[in-house]
Amino acid sequence: MATGATQVIEEIQPFEAAEEIEAGDVVLVDTREPHEYQEAHLENGKLVPPGLLADEIAEAAPDKSARTILYCRSGNRSAIAAAQLQGLGYDNVASMAGGILAWQEQGLPVIAASGMTAEQRDRYSRHTLLPEVGVDGQIKLLNAKVLLLGAGGLGAPTALYLAAAGVGTIGLVDDDVVDASNLQRQVIHNTERIGMPKTTSARIFIEQLNPDVNVVEHNGRLDAGNILEVMSDYDIVVDGADNFPTRYLLNDASVRLRKPVVSASILGFDGQISTFVPFEGPCYRCLYPTPPPAELAPSCSANGVLGVMAGTMGTLQANEVIKLVLGAGQPLIGRLLLYDALGTTFTELKVRRDPGCPICGEDAPEIAESEMGQFPDYDLFCAGAGGDR
Amino acid sequence: MATVRIPPVLRTKTDGKAEVEATGENVGAVLRALIAEYPQTSEQLFGEDGELNRYVNVYLNDEDVRVLDGLETAVKDGDNVVILPAMAGGAS
Repeated sequence: MATGATQVIEEIQPFEAAEEIEAGDVVLVDTREPHEYQEAHLENGKLVPPGLLADEIAEAAPDKSARTILYCRSGNRSAIAAAQLQGLGYDNVASMAGGILAWQEQGLPVIAASGMTAEQRDRYSRHTLLPEVGVDGQIKLLNAKVLLLGAGGLGAPTALYLAAAGVGTIGLVDDDVVDASNLQRQVIHNTERIGMPKTTSARIFIEQLNPDVNVVEHNGRLDAGNILEVMSDYDIVVDGADNFPTRYLLNDASVRLRKPVVSASILGFDGQISTFVPFEGPCYRCLYPTPPPAELAPSCSANGVLGVMAGTMGTLQANEVIKLVLGAGQPLIGRLLLYDALGTTFTELKVRRDPGCPICGEDAPEIAESEMGQFPDYDLFCAGAGGDR
Repeated sequence: MATVRIPPVLRTKTDGKAEVEATGENVGAVLRALIAEYPQTSEQLFGEDGELNRYVNVYLNDEDVRVLDGLETAVKDGDNVVILPAMAGGAS
């Protein structure tokens, strides 16, 4: 009947919707536009804009017999959408009267983009559209503090993508200055800034990219005397160090401070990456109990490295950091990923916690406060590999 | 026949080859077959005591042989043996 298709749409009040949501087994669909959704939405509300209803409803609400509650701004669009859904065979649909406005008037909670400015909502809109990020996740990123060891090959792409992602505080540790031979892979620096400290050059680039990011320059080298203090201000550390003494020092400090480390290395056409979360997975010493002798530990400056390797492995590091901040996905905990750029192959190896690990093993003593900062003499310990730049 | 994957730092000892085919009933035998073909790899894999050097990790497929049966771990046709020393390249 062309004229008499007056379907009865069940309308429920916000408090009724809230009760049903609380009880569970409800599919909640937001029938507004993405920009409205980003501004504020109900928790677990799945965005299906009116124009995309026919295409996207099956993904948001796969079960046509499931209780499905629709809402919009004031209740009109959700009523229209509810009628459409009934036409598509959904038989337990309700539209929330008064929409999110009425919901909020009754003091019911929403996920709001408060804490983000209008510019930020625009800048990060491609993030907040992702269910794995959302407004909550973006705010986590804006509040995250990440320390990058090395503002060079690996650090450059990691820093760029973390800055673009809106990681609020990025610390950069490097004691080097920009050299022309860096520019084949260290894309955060440029020709004009040759001779400038790398931390400063990187800060200039990041500030141009994203004013939300607070860049902290640590223009020096980490050693046993300063590492704990420097690290204590950060949530996550990214290890792109160019030498073994720093990698072991960082590992030991991160286990003592229980801070996750995303660790990668590159050489030639090969890269390795893993994520070390203390006591949740293995540490760097579980994987590599002792550093190799100098002849098995050539540096990029001696051996060469394909520039793009820094980009590939550095962006993988950035991805790991973002997942750790968001609590999304499966980080590379207990897994070592090898990348062979010549063959374009990835190989994944298992890494297990070593019960006998001197740092994180079963018998490793908990480090007392008075012992913090006491490290073996790494430069002596790894004499061959020291100063391997 | 197993495929031994050679890390970049050892490729100078294997005529630049990234993969070498080697036969042996267990991991130790496969590595000895590798050494028979490329003797210069020996000192970087094994210490004077005949044990694997501690700074070299060896994996059978995706598992560290240290959590399997070490050098005695049985190798089947088509298995991958991965030799993996630590790498530190990154910043400069």
